[in-house]
Amino acid sequence: MSEYWPLAGILIVVLGFALRFNPLLVVVVAAIATGLLGGLDFVAVIEALGKAFNDNRYISVTWIILPVIGLLERYGLQQRARALIESMHGATMGKLLVVYLGFRQITAAIGMKDIGGHPQAVRPLVAPMAEAAAEKSHGELPENERQKVLAMSAATDNVGLFFGEDIFFAIASILLIQGVFESAGYPLTPLQLSVWAIPTAICAFFIHGGRILAFDRRLGQLPASEKAEASQ
Amino acid sequence: MITYEWLYIMAGLFFLAWSLLSIVDRSNTKRWGNATFWGLLAASFLFGSHLTDFCNGLLVLAMVGIAGIGGLGRSNPGTTSLEERFNFSQLLGNKLFIPALIVPITAVAGTLLYNYTPFGETGLFEERRETLILFGVGVLFALAAAMIWLKPPPLAAAEEGRRLLDSIGWAAILPQMLAALGAVFALAGVGDIIGGIAGSVIPEGSVLLTVIIFALGMALFTMIMGNAFAAFPVMAAAIGIPLLVEGYGGNPAVIGAVGMLAGFCGTLMTPMAANFNIVPAALLELKDQNGVIRQQIGTAIPLWVCNVAIIYVAGFLLWN
Repeated sequence: MSEYWPLAGILIVVLGFALRFNPLLVVVVAAIATGLLGGLDFVAVIEALGKAFNDNRYISVTWIILPVIGLLERYGLQQRARALIESMHGATMGKLLVVYLGFRQITAAIGMKDIGGHPQAVRPLVAPMAEAAAEKSHGELPENERQKVLAMSAATDNVGLFFGEDIFFAIASILLIQGVFESAGYPLTPLQLSVWAIPTAICAFFIHGGRILAFDRRLGQLPASEKAEASQ
Repeated sequence: MITYEWLYIMAGLFFLAWSLLSIVDRSNTKRWGNATFWGLLAASFLFGSHLTDFCNGLLVLAMVGIAGIGGLGRSNPGTTSLEERFNFSQLLGNKLFIPALIVPITAVAGTLLYNYTPFGETGLFEERRETLILFGVGVLFALAAAMIWLKPPPLAAAEEGRRLLDSIGWAAILPQMLAALGAVFALAGVGDIIGGIAGSVIPEGSVLLTVIIFALGMALFTMIMGNAFAAFPVMAAAIGIPLLVEGYGGNPAVIGAVGMLAGFCGTLMTPMAANFNIVPAALLELKDQNGVIRQQIGTAIPLWVCNVAIIYVAGFLLWN
C-alpha cells in the first residue's frame, strides 16, 4: 500500500477546496505533503517547488495585457461591446444565447477572452437580456424555469470561453501542453496545437447551441397552468 | 536573439510598478500586503533565473503565506465613472476595439510571418518561443497606440492595470502554482502511480480503450483538481506520452490539444472550478449553488464523447 502514499496530496486538494481554504495554500500544502511522502526531504521539496514555479513563469506573463484592457475599459470598451450586442433586433432567448455562444467562442479564439465573463458581462447584460427575451416569447416564467434561464446564461459563457480560448495560441493552456510535450522530447509549436482545438469548438457550438434552442422550445411548451401560477 | 528572459524582465517591471503603486495607495487598508505580494512576484520574474531553486521556493512560500492569511486587499484606483464611459463609448465608437485587436493580430500575424516567410531566417526570436514574445510586442504596440490616441493621464495605464490585477488578486498566480504542483506530483511519482493504476485497467493492445481511459482520466482528475492545468502534466506523463504517443504512435499535437479539452469537459462539471461554476451562481442569486453545473452537464458529456472520437480518428486513424 505504501507506494500509494503520494496520492495523499490529491486528498489534501479535495479536502482543502471542500473546506474552502485559500486555494494557493491548499496547493502548496499538497505539494509539500506529496514531495515528503514521495521520499524527498524538506529542502528538496522546497527546491522542487521553487524550480517548478520558476520554470512556469511564462504562464503568468499573459497578465501584461491588463494595462491595455484596463485603459480601453476606462474609455468605454465594455459599453461599446454591449451596444454591439444590444443592436441585434428580434432576438429570442435561443437566438440571443446562441449568438453570444458564437461571439464568446470567436472573441476568445482571437485572444480577447476578457471581453465576456461573469461579473463583467453575464450578470449585468447576458442574463437579464436572456430572461427578458424568454419572457417576451413565452410570458412570465415559473421561478424554477427563470432560474434555469439565468444558469444557462452563465453556462453559455463558460462553454464559449473554454471551447474558444484554446484556438488562440498564446493562451496559458496551449503553452502548458507545449511545455509538457517539449520536456518529454516532443517539440511542438503553439500553432500546431491550437488548430486541433477547432474540431472540438465546432462540436461545442452545435451541442450547446442545440441544447439552448431545445430549452427555448421546451419553455414554449410549458402547460398553461404553470404559467398561470407564475403570474399570480 | 530575443528570449523568454526579455519577456520575464518586461513582466517583472510591470509587477514592480504595480507593487510600488500599491505602497502609495492609501485607499487600500492592506496596501503593504499587496505591495509585498506583487513585489515578490516581480522579484521572481526579474531575478528568478539567477536565484537558487531554494530561494525561488522561499519566494513561493512567502507569496502563498501572504495570500493564505488574507493579506491581499482590493484596491480602488481612480477611474472614469459609468456615465463618462458611456459617453466615451458613443464618442469613440467601434474604433475602441482596434487597440484591443492589435495584441492578438501582432501575435497571430507575427507568428505566421515568422514561420512561413524569410523573416524567420533572421533568428530574431528564441526557437518556438515566438508567439508569446510577439504577444509581448503586441502589448507594447497596443499600449503605445492607445496612449497616443486617447492621451490618458501618465499613470492611467498602470493604475487601470492594477485595478484589474487586484480584482483578480492571488488567483492571478493560481494557474502557475497548479502547474508547479503538477511538476511536484510528477517528481514524487504520482503520475507513475496513477499511470500504474490506469495501466492495470487498460487491456494491452487496445488503442480506443487507451484513448477512452486517457480522456476519462483527464476529465475525472480535472474535476478533482478543479483545473485541467494540474491534471494535464500528470495524465500526459502517465498515459498520453508513454502509451498513446510512444506505444501506439499517435499524433502528439492531437493527443495534447484534445486531451486538454477533454479535461475542460470535467471543468464544466465540478464545484472545484469555483470561478466558473460557483461564483456565477452567487452573482446571479441562484437558489441552487450547483445550478450552473446542472446546465453544463448535458453539454459536457456528449462533448467529452466527441473529444474521444477526435483523438481516435485524427490522432490515430488519419495519422498512421
